[in-house]
Amino acid sequence: MTVEQRGFGVGASLRRKEDARFLHGRGRFVGDITRPGMLEVAFLRSPIAHARLLGVTKPQGAEKRVFTLADLPGIGTIRANSALPGFRVSEQPALAKDRLRHVGEAIAACVAGSRAAAEDLAAACVLDYEALPAVHDMLQAPLPDQPLIHDHWTMNAFLETRRNDDVSGLDAVAAAKVTRTLRTSRQCMAPLEGRGVLAEWDPRLEQMIVTTSTQMPHVTKTGLADCLGLDEGQVRIVSPDVGGGFGYKGILLPEEIVCASLAIRLGRPVRWLEDRFEHLSASANCREHHYVITAWADKAGKLLGVECEATVDAGAYSSYPFGACLEAAQVGSILPGPYVLPLLRCHTISACTNKPPILPYRGVARTGVCYAMETTLDALARKLDITAEAIRLANLVPPDAMPYRNLVGKVFDSGDYPEALRRAVAAFDLDAIRARQAAGEAVGFGLATFCEQGAHGTSVYHAWGIPFVPGFEQAQARLSPDGVLELRVGVHSHGQGMETTLAQVANEILGVHPDKVRVVHGDTALTPYSTGTWGSRAMVMAGGAVAEACRQLAGRVAAIGAALMQVSVAEVEVADGKVRRRDSDVFVTIADVARTWYRAPQNLPPGVDKGGLEITAGYRPDPDTGTHSYACHAAVARVDVRTGAVVLEDYVIVEDGGKLVNPMIVDGQVMGGLAQGIGTALYEEMPYDRDGQPLAATLADYLLPGTTDVPDVRLEHMETLSPWTTFGQKGIGESGAIGPPGAIVNAINDALARLGAEVFDLPASPSRVLAAIHAAKGGVR
Amino acid sequence: MKPAAFAYARPLDWSEALQLVASGARPAAGTQSLGPLLNLRLAQPDMLADLRHLPDYAGVTVTGDAIRIGAGTTHAAIEDGAVPGRTGAIMAGVARRIAYRPVRNRGTIGGSLAHADPAADWVAVMPALGATAIALGPRGERRIALDGFVTGIFETALASDELLRAVEVPVLPDAVGWGHWKFCRKIGEFSKVTACVLAVPGAAPRAVLAALDGPPRVIADASALMADTEAEATRIVSGFPELDDWRRAVAQTALMQAVAAASQP
Ligand SMILES: Cc1cc2nc3c(=O)[nH]c(=O)nc-3n(C[C@H](O)[C@H](O)[C@H](O)COP(=O)(O)OP(=O)(O)OC[C@H]3O[C@@H](n4cnc5c(N)ncnc54)[C@H](O)[C@@H]3O)c2cc1C
Repeated sequence: MTVEQRGFGVGASLRRKEDARFLHGRGRFVGDITRPGMLEVAFLRSPIAHARLLGVTKPQGAEKRVFTLADLPGIGTIRANSALPGFRVSEQPALAKDRLRHVGEAIAACVAGSRAAAEDLAAACVLDYEALPAVHDMLQAPLPDQPLIHDHWTMNAFLETRRNDDVSGLDAVAAAKVTRTLRTSRQCMAPLEGRGVLAEWDPRLEQMIVTTSTQMPHVTKTGLADCLGLDEGQVRIVSPDVGGGFGYKGILLPEEIVCASLAIRLGRPVRWLEDRFEHLSASANCREHHYVITAWADKAGKLLGVECEATVDAGAYSSYPFGACLEAAQVGSILPGPYVLPLLRCHTISACTNKPPILPYRGVARTGVCYAMETTLDALARKLDITAEAIRLANLVPPDAMPYRNLVGKVFDSGDYPEALRRAVAAFDLDAIRARQAAGEAVGFGLATFCEQGAHGTSVYHAWGIPFVPGFEQAQARLSPDGVLELRVGVHSHGQGMETTLAQVANEILGVHPDKVRVVHGDTALTPYSTGTWGSRAMVMAGGAVAEACRQLAGRVAAIGAALMQVSVAEVEVADGKVRRRDSDVFVTIADVARTWYRAPQNLPPGVDKGGLEITAGYRPDPDTGTHSYACHAAVARVDVRTGAVVLEDYVIVEDGGKLVNPMIVDGQVMGGLAQGIGTALYEEMPYDRDGQPLAATLADYLLPGTTDVPDVRLEHMETLSPWTTFGQKGIGESGAIGPPGAIVNAINDALARLGAEVFDLPASPSRVLAAIHAAKGGVR
Repeated sequence: MKPAAFAYARPLDWSEALQLVASGARPAAGTQSLGPLLNLRLAQPDMLADLRHLPDYAGVTVTGDAIRIGAGTTHAAIEDGAVPGRTGAIMAGVARRIAYRPVRNRGTIGGSLAHADPAADWVAVMPALGATAIALGPRGERRIALDGFVTGIFETALASDELLRAVEVPVLPDAVGWGHWKFCRKIGEFSKVTACVLAVPGAAPRAVLAALDGPPRVIADASALMADTEAEATRIVSGFPELDDWRRAVAQTALMQAVAAASQP
């Protein structure tokens, strides 16, 4: 399907409707919202990674303002099970019961008129605990000599998965074989706005209203109702402006359960706002992977097989709804990447440790997997003495094979992967880089190619058996009496610009000017049920649903409009916000139609659809195995060999997201992801010591890339439509964060190749880079 | 995190300020370091004495060959040229690379020195320039050479009842050689290693190696370093066995870079 580019519809780089309020400081985040009589909560959190909790002595005179689990009887435990065989179930109490399993785990809620006074209470509590040895290393965690974190388990692992292709014959036939041991660091997602919860009980409606910073309000509603023992009608989730999601806000929070329970108990609104210290010390919850990966290739660089032992540090609990093994268990299915891979042997472990529970961070497992695969490919290329471009071209799925089903059963919908690579390479003067290298400069060029499955649905997730399998996405389109179109969606927009892009979709179908389209999201009382915004799914799923709802609405509008013009429906079309007679300039506006339906029904034709001008429509692509956007990231990095410091000189991304509903917003998404990917590649790491203590508890220690650390990226788009989605659009929200570690470290390794040095661990901090150089000089490799 | 409750006082003259400090109040300058300490509850003073309204707290005066810089002079003022001459140009160059402008707008040279973070810029640069701290206590003013002012991590030679009143730096001739090199992971980040070299014609060159988790190492006569830089830098750095390899390698680079800059005509 081809879509013509028009003024405000699909394909227009429309300025974001939501930006006026953000740029003028009129956004409303949980922290901006107060209620009369509201109380603030500070949590007493575990100072220790692993201990038996023996008791909490509350400050004298404040016993009624400090709440432990025992003070909140009846609140449920968070359980995020998986249907994958062998999954070990963890029970995460909303407040610690008799065991402390990571630093920062909430133990008691302290309630006062101000946050400072609540913190005074927390500081005055006395904890009684018996320390246990902390499990801090994911590689050791599953070993038999380690203390068990969940007593009824047999080992500290949520899940192991295996794929057992026979790779034993490859040594004999391969022209090259490389093995690499690679590690990525634990990270904090560090959104600008932390989590925040405001809970209030409405006695008239007998309803718990929780205003919370979430990217999936409906899932939170279901989980919360379950944990509070309320029916779902008694819980309403409002998710106002959210200052960054990234997966961090895609979870049912223990704090949400506690605040809601307190609000019922105290009969007053209760609010908790996560601060930066809590975020860094209690929520480093993503990205920590370890790989031992071997790859075999023939002389031309064609992959013969890959063997991988992957461990992911999943932390102490399985969080709701995505669970503890989303990352590790996906490694095996993501490893083939955009390549034709004949054999894969893969063993993964989701290790359980005394760290905060893992959450899926933008890119989810792909960032680590792409890093492992792309650096391994470059190692192979160096060994075979072929270029990084050549080895990729030898393996990328060719365009004429699309749609392509790879060896793990993933189906790539469309695209020209080699072309993206060629364009990225062509964007550089490689000869100049090689000349600088020959002159002794430590400068290098690095590539990473990958594809990103997005908007994958029922057929993929049912096998996981997580608490939420996504199905049909629904959207509501309704005209108000003045002709303003309201779109109600259950996904949430927090940076994706959906208040604009969904209006563009409506404009594409109905021609209503985007200024006259209001996108309503972030309130379970107003929007159709949805699993929310995650997995790069919103523009495919909600975009498709809005289009479908608008199409159906167009049918009803046409019928009424035709009647007003006294012609048959077949003689009219809906476009530009009007119902127009095809053969003339005669028209009525959609606003005229709306006015008629609501305010002058005497003029409606007989037999008009009684459903009126409100439509709820559902959508799911068929097949729903997901769209695959893809990209090639290419970086030029310069290394200071005296200090190990890395400067990114240049960065190019060639990206194919199918039909770009709003190219400018896609650019923004890719650039934001790139910044986060640069963080993963060069800066961010939350080290834990042997006692399981996080060592980077302020932003002076936890380094995030700043504006000056992100190069002026050169972005190029390809637009190969997905054959399976409404406009050919593909999910692309996470893509930017996937490629950078692979491309950047490959560039560093290219710069260091002359010295025989190679970096294996992320982030490629100056000390790691220099250690690699020193190791090469010392001949240790 | 929110600070524990504290009282706030705003002394309007120095004797009142000294009385407050003697009674246990914590001096507060730009609060760019104190603020985080309060918020993390690492500092829980009963009272803050806000120094910012004291007479002559900020400002620069030149007397003969000495420049007196009030403790309350902000990094931003120094960046913008509050200190005259070659000395001022050197200091402006340093100030420009402290943190970010909003921090520089509030943070003060006195607060930075009194805070004595080993990684702070003035802690490294002032001893290199041969500066003198002027402390004010119940018995009046006292002069403390800057190369002995910072005595440890967050420790200074100031007595508990003293305030830092001002810093005095020499008027340097135009012809001095100056080298200042620091390693920051990011712009505005605290330094991981700083080296400074000051070469005044006719006098022994002076070097400082700082930001190494302790008080700055002052090399009062850096002639050897200027002459045989690589070997001498290696030797100096080997005197820090407690540092990891990376830090030592960067320290060596820092010294060499600072020497190179100071040697430029
Ligand atoms: C994000 C950020 C980045 C930073 N980066 C850098 C950097 O790159 N380099 C750098 O050097 N600094 C950096 N700083 C620190 C900054 O320079 C501060 O300004 C400085 O450390 C403290 O100065 P202040 O005036 O804010 O002092 P305050 O924070 O008010 O006080 C600091 C301490 O000194 C005491 N004190 C203050 N004035 C006096 C006085 N006159 N007499 C006695 N005691 C006194 C206080 O009691 C307190 O203990 C950074 C700070 C921030 C917030």
